[in-house]
Amino acid sequence: MSINAALEMKGITKRFGDLVALNNASLTVRKGEILSILGENGSGKTTLMNMISGIYFPDEGHIYIDGNEVVIRSPKDAYAHRIGMIHQHFKLVDVFSAAENIVLGLRGGERFNIKKASEKIRAISEKYGFIIDPAKKIYNLSVSEKQTVEIIKVLYRGADILILDEPTAVLTPQETARLFDVLRRMKEDGKAIIIITHKLHEVMEISDRVTILRKGEYIDTVETASTNEAELTEKMVGRKVSLDIERSEPHDTADRLEVRGLECYNGDGVMILDDVSFTAKGGEILGIAGIAGSGQKELLEAIAGLQQLSGGDILYNDPKSGVTEDLRNKTPRQIRDLGVRLSFVPEDRLGMGLVGAMDITDNMMLRSYRKGKTAMLERSEPRNLAKQVVDELDVKTPGLNTPVRRLSGGNVQKVLVGREISEGPTVLMAAYPVRGLDINSSYMIYNLLNKQKDNGVAVIFVGEDLDVLIELCDRILVLCQGRVTGLLDARTAKKEEIGLLMTKGKGAAKND
Amino acid sequence: MISPVANFISRAVVQGIPLLCGSTGEIITEKSGNLNLGIPGIMYVGAVSGVAGAFFHEKLAAGPLNPFLAVVIPLVCSLLGSLAMSLIYAFLTVTLRANQNVTGLALTTFGIGLGNFYGGSLAILYGEGGALSLKATSDVFRTALPFAKNLGSVGLVLFSYGWLAYASIVIAVIATFVIKRTRIGLNLRAVGESPATADAAGINVTRYKYGATCIGGMIAGLGGLYFIMDYTSGIWSNGGFGDRGWLAIALVIFAIWNPDIGILGSILFGGLYIIDIFIPNLTRSQQELFKMLPYIVTVIVLIFTSIRRKRETMPPQALGLSYFREER
Repeated sequence: MSINAALEMKGITKRFGDLVALNNASLTVRKGEILSILGENGSGKTTLMNMISGIYFPDEGHIYIDGNEVVIRSPKDAYAHRIGMIHQHFKLVDVFSAAENIVLGLRGGERFNIKKASEKIRAISEKYGFIIDPAKKIYNLSVSEKQTVEIIKVLYRGADILILDEPTAVLTPQETARLFDVLRRMKEDGKAIIIITHKLHEVMEISDRVTILRKGEYIDTVETASTNEAELTEKMVGRKVSLDIERSEPHDTADRLEVRGLECYNGDGVMILDDVSFTAKGGEILGIAGIAGSGQKELLEAIAGLQQLSGGDILYNDPKSGVTEDLRNKTPRQIRDLGVRLSFVPEDRLGMGLVGAMDITDNMMLRSYRKGKTAMLERSEPRNLAKQVVDELDVKTPGLNTPVRRLSGGNVQKVLVGREISEGPTVLMAAYPVRGLDINSSYMIYNLLNKQKDNGVAVIFVGEDLDVLIELCDRILVLCQGRVTGLLDARTAKKEEIGLLMTKGKGAAKND
Repeated sequence: MISPVANFISRAVVQGIPLLCGSTGEIITEKSGNLNLGIPGIMYVGAVSGVAGAFFHEKLAAGPLNPFLAVVIPLVCSLLGSLAMSLIYAFLTVTLRANQNVTGLALTTFGIGLGNFYGGSLAILYGEGGALSLKATSDVFRTALPFAKNLGSVGLVLFSYGWLAYASIVIAVIATFVIKRTRIGLNLRAVGESPATADAAGINVTRYKYGATCIGGMIAGLGGLYFIMDYTSGIWSNGGFGDRGWLAIALVIFAIWNPDIGILGSILFGGLYIIDIFIPNLTRSQQELFKMLPYIVTVIVLIFTSIRRKRETMPPQALGLSYFREER
């Protein structure tokens, strides 16, 4: 045990049911040091941090602070040990002022003294170089100001160990530079800082050491000065694993969907899509790779007509009529009727595609209810379709009348994809269709997508597993922070290459 | 000389006090994120519990009433009655995370039925003509400041009310202070705005939700007690309370969740509620049109706050939603 270690974690294991989120992970952060934690989605970074900040409790392992073993059961315990975490999603009350948010939940005189608090906030701000007006309401603050409030909140509580979960994901390059200045000042002040990030150039720029996790396993900790981006990427993505997914050569490809210069902002005014352009061809699978939240969801929703755009065109070449149409002028239903299908799987599987409480037949009807000739519901056709989907895709269900919520994840997915492909789409978009599925179900879905491709459908596949993307897709489009950072031929693409493109920050992308 | 205007204002105040209690209680409850639509029922139970307490006290006490007991017994009974109702609501919505609207509406139906059953039974057994009179207790509640009579209009408008009216206004002022200026109030508002944030800041969300619901319910119950003991001079008749419970909830919106605005609002609502009596030569149906006024005013306030969409005039953000920590 090193003498100046502020925090040490040893042999940490955390399971969620059967899933091992973290296996035997270790980590040491010293006083006056910035440690980066690097890893892909699902590598266990946030889980590990949540165990320091008291949100999860580890199943195995030990945590030491200043050399003494401690037990952290709640966020309160974490504060007591001078640990503060700045979450990716801010925990702030919108209608409160910055100062009120900062003192929230603290004990003290019953009549709180907001002036005194404001003074202390100013003192902290001056010390580390924050710019903040304590009286301003949160809803009037920009994203980076909100983050500043979160950081001050933690410092106000006297934290010496700070954890920042992807703090730069929502910041502009200038704001990031300012944040890094603040972090360096904290480091000089002797604070121990842990920063989670996907962006390699930031890791190289800010951190003293890097701890790498991959799929819940602890890989290595290296000195930043003695490594480079290529080595870190290799450690992060690992060796290539062969999956043996059948991939046919694309034939009769034709430009089906042309996306030009898409731009889109989210509710917070953050740019989610920044000048995204690509072409999807019929008869091939276009993969989209990227860290979660790089704009994949917005991109698919934009094509399906569900997303408000601030710029760009989506041109669709109708294979039947040969006419080119701009999807931006069409309603979601018109887009659907053209044959553009979105089989979208949000975080919770049932979210957008299916109604959990309804059975398979009724879920089939969600797409055909307009076709009935009378005011009464016409059930026989959807029932036949449901039967067909169940038989052809081998859906394991007690019957057609079982609410889809009761089916297992893979079977729900099959019902959804089955319905979307039943009417012969021309464009099929699938986001994370194999998330949470076992191997067999996953291959089933891959085969389904391949079949569509052979039928001349333009398939757009958003995935998170790079091995799958490389083996399933024909071309891979890489998104990073809403920008296209690369378009690769999947047959020749290297995992490390994609990993590097995925982690290229906005700043880096602009410098190139 | 007592001017007609002073007379109208004093009547409006008396009419408004039950609404003030109801809305203050509901505001405190809603600040914790609990939309308690059971308030009309809770006020009803608050009233009937007080009636029961006063009835048995009058029955057991031979001779003239001890003024202290005549106040304390109905008061405690009323508070316990509304506390029990609030606990039902809090248990269902906070602990069991039941739907708040359904629970509240069920509680109102239940409370009114309960009140009518017990109040009605007492009235049938011991009252005259379907109404129960508790004049002795009511007289104690209605005792006004002695010098009020000598001050003419001023005395009538400012000093002529029973002690519970003043208590209601003081409670509303204290509630405003606590919500806006104290740490407890800050924590309470945080729970109603964003329970996850409050939880992460170490605030016990469940405790605050229970506390606010129970205290709010008890304050609302006082409105029912005031109605019986002061406004109707101790006479219980089934259904006499009318739609005042809903008016109290409308007042919450009118006051944009500020108990201090609620004080003025209650007098305004009280005035609008009885203005038809003061306008001569109205037919029955015209009177009913005037009774709509408080609700129309509420709708107008809703329209304006919705158009402006200023964050401070919006209801608490997590209002009506159950909080479950693991649902991250």
